[in-house]
Amino acid sequence: MVLEKMEMFLDNLQPMDLMRSEKMSFVQLIIPAESAHRAISYLGELGLLQFRDLNADKSPFQRTFVNQVKRCGEMSRKLRFFKDQINKAGLLSSAHPVIEPDVELEELEIQLGEHEHELIEMNSNSEKLQQSYNELLEFKMVLQKAVGFLVSSNSHAVAEETELNENVYSNDDYGETTSFLEKELRSVPSNQSGLRFISGIIPRSKVLRFERMLFRATRGNMLFNQAPADEEIMDPVSTEMVEKTVFVVFFSGEQARTKILKICEAFGANCYPVPEDITKQRQITREVLSRLSELEATLDAGIRHRNKALASIGYQLTKWMNMVKREKAVYDTLNMLNFDVTKKCLVGEGWCPSFAKAQIQETLQRATFDSNSQVGIIFHVMDALESPPTYFRTNRFTNAFQEIVDAYGVARYEEANPAVYTVVTFPFLFAVMFGDWGHGICLLMGALILIARESKLSSQKLGSFMEMLFGGRYVLLLMALFSIYCGLIYNEFFSVPFHIFGGSAYKCRDTTCSDAHIAGLMKYRDPYPFGVDPSWRGSRSELPFLNSLKMKMSILLGVAQMNLGIILSYFNARFFGNSLDIRYQFVPQIIFLNCLFGYLSLLIIIKWCSGSQADLYHVMIYMFLSPTDDLGENQLFWGQRPLQILLLLLALIAVPWMLLPKPFILKKLHTERFQGRTYGILGTSEMDLDMEPGSARSHHDDFNFSEVFVHQMIHSIEFVLGAVSNTASYLRLWALSLAHSELSTVFYEKVLLLAWGYDNIIIRLVGLAVFAFATAFILLMMETLSAFLHALRLHWVEFQNKFYHGDGYKFKPFSFASTTEDD
Amino acid sequence: MYGFEALTFNIHGGYLEAIVRGHRSGLFTAADYNNLCQCETLDDIKMHLSATEYGPYLQNEPSPLHTTTIVEKCTLKLVDEYKHMLCQATEPLSTFLEYCRYGHMIDNVVLIVTGTLHERDVQELLEKCHPLGMFDSIASLAVAQNMRELYRLVLVDTPLAPYFSECITSEDLDDMNIEIMRNTLYKAYLEDFNRFCQKLGGATAEIMSDLLAFEADRRAVNITINSIGTELTRDDRKKLYSNFGLLYPYGHEELAVCEDLDQVRGVMEKYPPYQSIFSRLSYGESQLLDKAFYEEEVKRLCLAFEQQFHYAVFFAYIRLREQEIRNLMWISECVAQNQKSRVHDSVVFIF
Repeated sequence: MVLEKMEMFLDNLQPMDLMRSEKMSFVQLIIPAESAHRAISYLGELGLLQFRDLNADKSPFQRTFVNQVKRCGEMSRKLRFFKDQINKAGLLSSAHPVIEPDVELEELEIQLGEHEHELIEMNSNSEKLQQSYNELLEFKMVLQKAVGFLVSSNSHAVAEETELNENVYSNDDYGETTSFLEKELRSVPSNQSGLRFISGIIPRSKVLRFERMLFRATRGNMLFNQAPADEEIMDPVSTEMVEKTVFVVFFSGEQARTKILKICEAFGANCYPVPEDITKQRQITREVLSRLSELEATLDAGIRHRNKALASIGYQLTKWMNMVKREKAVYDTLNMLNFDVTKKCLVGEGWCPSFAKAQIQETLQRATFDSNSQVGIIFHVMDALESPPTYFRTNRFTNAFQEIVDAYGVARYEEANPAVYTVVTFPFLFAVMFGDWGHGICLLMGALILIARESKLSSQKLGSFMEMLFGGRYVLLLMALFSIYCGLIYNEFFSVPFHIFGGSAYKCRDTTCSDAHIAGLMKYRDPYPFGVDPSWRGSRSELPFLNSLKMKMSILLGVAQMNLGIILSYFNARFFGNSLDIRYQFVPQIIFLNCLFGYLSLLIIIKWCSGSQADLYHVMIYMFLSPTDDLGENQLFWGQRPLQILLLLLALIAVPWMLLPKPFILKKLHTERFQGRTYGILGTSEMDLDMEPGSARSHHDDFNFSEVFVHQMIHSIEFVLGAVSNTASYLRLWALSLAHSELSTVFYEKVLLLAWGYDNIIIRLVGLAVFAFATAFILLMMETLSAFLHALRLHWVEFQNKFYHGDGYKFKPFSFASTTEDD
Repeated sequence: MYGFEALTFNIHGGYLEAIVRGHRSGLFTAADYNNLCQCETLDDIKMHLSATEYGPYLQNEPSPLHTTTIVEKCTLKLVDEYKHMLCQATEPLSTFLEYCRYGHMIDNVVLIVTGTLHERDVQELLEKCHPLGMFDSIASLAVAQNMRELYRLVLVDTPLAPYFSECITSEDLDDMNIEIMRNTLYKAYLEDFNRFCQKLGGATAEIMSDLLAFEADRRAVNITINSIGTELTRDDRKKLYSNFGLLYPYGHEELAVCEDLDQVRGVMEKYPPYQSIFSRLSYGESQLLDKAFYEEEVKRLCLAFEQQFHYAVFFAYIRLREQEIRNLMWISECVAQNQKSRVHDSVVFIF
């Protein structure tokens, strides 16, 4: 009777939003070829249809619209080229929303081609100019520097000669070579004709190697002079400024000359002839300078022209890029469609949320109308064998929580969605570990700043860390609110207790308070109305008291959340009409958990309410070891012993209950279904005709008893062991909370108060700085992260393993919004 | 000897081994090759490549594509990966990686020297060089007139210098002695590399000695086949064989006296690992020998990935990637010249 009423009540419950994923329909589109492009692009704007790739077996270039895709690729290459050029020219590609008529793709292609042609021509022109400009500039520098060497070499020549002579006398081994040199030098008194030189310019990074190579090639018979050039010269290939060095090499002999020239060529050194005659030098310098200024003017004009062209491209670049990206997306989608037999229609299949069918229908009609097609687009729902994608309609608030759940696994289609509960339980469990309303207020301010600047931040590109923070801003908000709440319960504000809700219930035994630490305080009025009494702070029994409180609280929270998980598994089973799971999985599970840990929770509550001094460890341990023994002073209520025996028996029964019946019943069902059928199902001919290839693969389920049994065994063992270990796992709530409060106490007492003890402003300031730093980085950042991770784990493992399969796949509709976002 | 590499290898080599194995999983599979072989134009090839790891390297190439561009860009990818690994590597892995490129250096030296001999433009020659084998003063190779100068001017600064001790002569360069120089250098290089690997010990030594021995033997066979009918004397020929490998020393004695291909075959069939290669060729056929050797090499290189904690994977990866680029070049050439019937002639499937 009661059960029936319950069922009635549950059936009449309003379906919760987000609890189940959206109903999806598998739809088929038959689109006449002439309206296909328009239809797909309209659908892309709508963004509610996920296409299935019907040509998965074909390679990309065997598909129908490969040429268009290629053209789009080519166009986006051109656009990238423009962007690159614009960036190089240092112009900002500011997206001015120029209102211009939409251009057709073909037109755009031609335009882009023209622009590219123009740009390339301009580039090559300016490159040529730049090259000759560089040459002249280098020549100028060589002239300036080399002249100095030539003058000085003339004056030093005599000294050099005498040095050589000395060498001959001091070292006879060199006799032959030096005497040959000597002869040459002597025969030609003016060294200009015998000693020749090559002057040029070379990138500075290569000078050392260049000099060494010259030395080796001429066996040291050369003189290398170098001077850094004053100006940097632009490298035409990389358009970077390169430092260069002017050099002058003096040498003798024709062979050496060819060698040196070859080496110059090999090192990319540019050689320029410098006349020895000074008047000639001056004349050439003048010429070079005048030509330089001329060229500069032409170059500048060219660059101005080019920048103008680039700027005009830049105005529309973003728009064009978006457009090309959209077109490419459309053709990529068209490539997923099949041609039907007549080659006049395209056939597409895909998933859409059931609520969107009307919208899609309407969009398709609009497409038909706009493209003046004679034939409408056929849109109808089909049956699908594969499971539909999972789609939750989230808003910006719920999205972050859904992401937390999806990070573990995307929900199976229409499976109960833990995100609904995560919205509250996640920030709450976080706050249990992070309970301090001072820290909570800091977090709250951070979250509020993020939310207040939401519209600004969402439009700009953020760093990965900032983006994560921004994405979770509402999670942060709730976490902050809950930690203020929990902080008030723990009565901690940067670890300092406050008397917010009235005075403490305790007072000293006498006026001097001398024995407060030995004999303790005396209770003289009603308990503190909300949270922990501030007098506990600093007392000898502070830790035992808080530990006991938080530990028990953790177990209560844990058992409650795990029960919620198991109850959700009941709703799942009910929803999918799986009475087997209810009877042989849900019922024994809930009995097992509550007989052991539900009972423990009950004891905790009774102990709290009655103020009994019973040892709960003892009760729980001896409930297993010797259930029939007398409880003695640990007895909390009448009839506890028989109740314990009953609960223990129930728990023992629950284990085989969840292990054995289900696989055997499944086996029985299977044999009944295939009674007398020794062969598998043949695909009926009707089915074969009806189905498009690949649209519906008949999946054949083989029943393997041992597999099912092993699976059930694993599942049961996991649950039984998990009940113990998961409950223990919830103790992390206590541990983290303890760690947090102890850490903040340490920073407060050992840093801030210690520093304040000195009567020195510097020490006080240092102490304050260290305290602020530790609070911000260790307590607010590290502790937030660790509490976040532990809350995450409690949800993913302890809560979700009770009911959540998480083996679905996400609904990824074809939508322009997401394609343009990808960039 | 077998050390406890597993214990300590990951301290320095773990990251790079992971990287190189990741790169290896990006190599083309048979399915990729099948798709590539069905391409009709070079644009199709580009399109297929754009879905692979080569994508970013080719995406900015304007559309009338040439085989050389494809090969160049694909090589660029290998070079980038190599440079990244070299940057991350510590001793002795960095030396090992350096060794892997000496072969290309030798090839480049020979290319430039031959080119200058035939009075080609140096810039043009430089473009043809393999980027892995580039060194600073490579362009000044053109200055040298004979081996001695070559060594004294340029190569003394490069790691190739020690290998030159065998072939410093004052003779002027000509095609014949350049070729001899190449093989002498290669011999010295392989022996040195092998010594280095043996010094490293462990699985590296074991696997690399197998790979290098194969390489040495293949070179020995190629030298023999190419020198048949030239004026190279038997003793000179024997001098070019590396002093290790499966064929050393008795196989070398026999190879040195071979006068035609069938004799080479007779020698090689005595060695079980090479029997299968030669048994596939019909008599008097040397065209397919290269491919057969490549296939065998690829098989051995792939096996190098079956063990962990050794450096041979790096060598193997570079070789496999090069093979892939060779395949790609062949396919692109066939597609570009409309010779699709010959596509399968020279493609060596890696997986």
